[in-house]
Amino acid sequence: MSRLEVQKTYKIYIGGKFPRTESGRFYPVKLKDGTITNICLGSRKDARNAVVAARNAFEGWSSRAAFNRSQILYRIAEMLEGRKAQFIEELMAVGDSKASATKELEASIDRCVYFAGWCDKYTQLFGSINPVASSHFNFSVQEPTGVVTIIAPESPSLLGLVSSIMPVIAGGNTCVVLASENSPHVAVTFAEVLNSSDVPGGVVNIITGKEDELVEHFSSHMDVNATIYCRNKHLNLIKENASLNVKRVSDWSDKDWYRDGDDPYLLLETQEVKTTWHPIENIAGAKSGY
Amino acid sequence: MTNNQLIALKRPIDQVGVEERVARFQTRSIKTEAKIQGLKMALNMIDLTTLEGKDTAGKVRQMCYKAMHPHDALPDLPTVAAVCVYPTHVATAVDALKGSGVKVAAVATAFPSGNSSRKIKLADTKIAVDAGADEVDMVISRGEFLSGNYSFVFDEIAAIKEACGKARLKVILETGELSTLDNVRHASDIAMLAGADFIKTSTGKISPAATMPVTLTMLEAIRDFYYETGKMVGMKPAGGISKSKLALHNLVMVKETLGDAWLSNEWFRFGASSLANDVLMQLAKQAEGRYQGLDYFSKD
Repeated sequence: MSRLEVQKTYKIYIGGKFPRTESGRFYPVKLKDGTITNICLGSRKDARNAVVAARNAFEGWSSRAAFNRSQILYRIAEMLEGRKAQFIEELMAVGDSKASATKELEASIDRCVYFAGWCDKYTQLFGSINPVASSHFNFSVQEPTGVVTIIAPESPSLLGLVSSIMPVIAGGNTCVVLASENSPHVAVTFAEVLNSSDVPGGVVNIITGKEDELVEHFSSHMDVNATIYCRNKHLNLIKENASLNVKRVSDWSDKDWYRDGDDPYLLLETQEVKTTWHPIENIAGAKSGY
Repeated sequence: MTNNQLIALKRPIDQVGVEERVARFQTRSIKTEAKIQGLKMALNMIDLTTLEGKDTAGKVRQMCYKAMHPHDALPDLPTVAAVCVYPTHVATAVDALKGSGVKVAAVATAFPSGNSSRKIKLADTKIAVDAGADEVDMVISRGEFLSGNYSFVFDEIAAIKEACGKARLKVILETGELSTLDNVRHASDIAMLAGADFIKTSTGKISPAATMPVTLTMLEAIRDFYYETGKMVGMKPAGGISKSKLALHNLVMVKETLGDAWLSNEWFRFGASSLANDVLMQLAKQAEGRYQGLDYFSKD
């Protein structure tokens, strides 16, 4: 007896759940073999719900021990490794060769490990003790900025997605990500990886759909603290909208993710610097300053 | 009234029917102009509440300012209906709200448990009224109610009502502790017969609080009481309503159960603290066309 194949419904990822878009809309993506897959066409309200989920998750994620965040990011790499075959198949289905799909996946796994390592180290490297003229112990340390919206690169669809998410969550932020429009399958599968990696729901939210529709809401929402843009079309609009509540805007459109992704300075782009003046005994007499 | 007379008041509630009716209120979509009107109405019905052990005069004054000036960046906003505080903070609130039209409500009668003697509850009420409270929110003795001592509950409400004088009395049933809708209905009827000006779902200290089925049951009790006696009684769902959408669904429910006459803060209130900012964010969204963040609204 022949059996019916169980096919996967590609859905979006909000607050640790996999809902369909609230709009009920979808758009077709044609695979190399001619199969047409229906992908959720995310809407303004999906974006809104995702921001709410990200905001709710922020306190818990940002207050976790940095070392624990590190463990969780490493766990993502482990889960990716375990699903290698599936990712390679999905990348090949949209047109990649086996060699390039394998290369992209392995770079993605390595990227997770790279940022897993940074979680509990970047503040040691970038934080500072500052010389001041008064009797204060003065130090600066990085803190996550909050909710970050990311418009991930169109390609490489998996490596670009992973590379734009990792520095953001490694630093304790939560994010809402728009996946590649023409190759969104790996993004949905990556959401499944996140969901089984102890990443709390809402820390990463992934929406599929069209940049033209969503860029406005990703950049104008007043409860979003930073926007990362990895494409070419709408940077000026994003900057204008970002000015409403002085969002940080990062333009990552010209990154070659194979070459430029292992970079701790990416992490700094969604960090605020907090400086503390801690009163100490008067040491002016000793002519020394911290 | 005797206990037997009060027992005879019991009416069974069709819980399945109530839940189905409620589900239909939640499918209503209210957009644009109607939404703005509804949101402003909801804002105007809020009893801005702070009922914590750590309340201070400063916190109460800050909340009173918020009550009078919810969000000055938006033009034509109404004030909220009232602020709701513990009796010890009534004087501060009365002073801060002078001339604004915003009422002062005080929780009394050994709020939130209600476990104290009649004497102390009456004294508590009197302290609140003497300090200038316009409204008193009392809790019923749930223990007595649940053990079938209905006349105790009735007499207590009647006594507190008398102690209130000109202040309006809101009777909190604490529906989260009454278990069934049958009990909610029965307690509502007893409270209204004993002279309640408002019936109110919850203290906000117990969950579940103001769920829609409970509110609908109480609204229907008010409707039936009105048909039988011609007397209007107000309704105040409190606790658990923190989103604008839920508030709008509640307004639809009031309109379709009691009618337009109840759609004013004279007869309907929301007991809430975080609802106000959500309503304000929605109003700002309608005005400016973009989603808002709490960073840009005053804390309450």
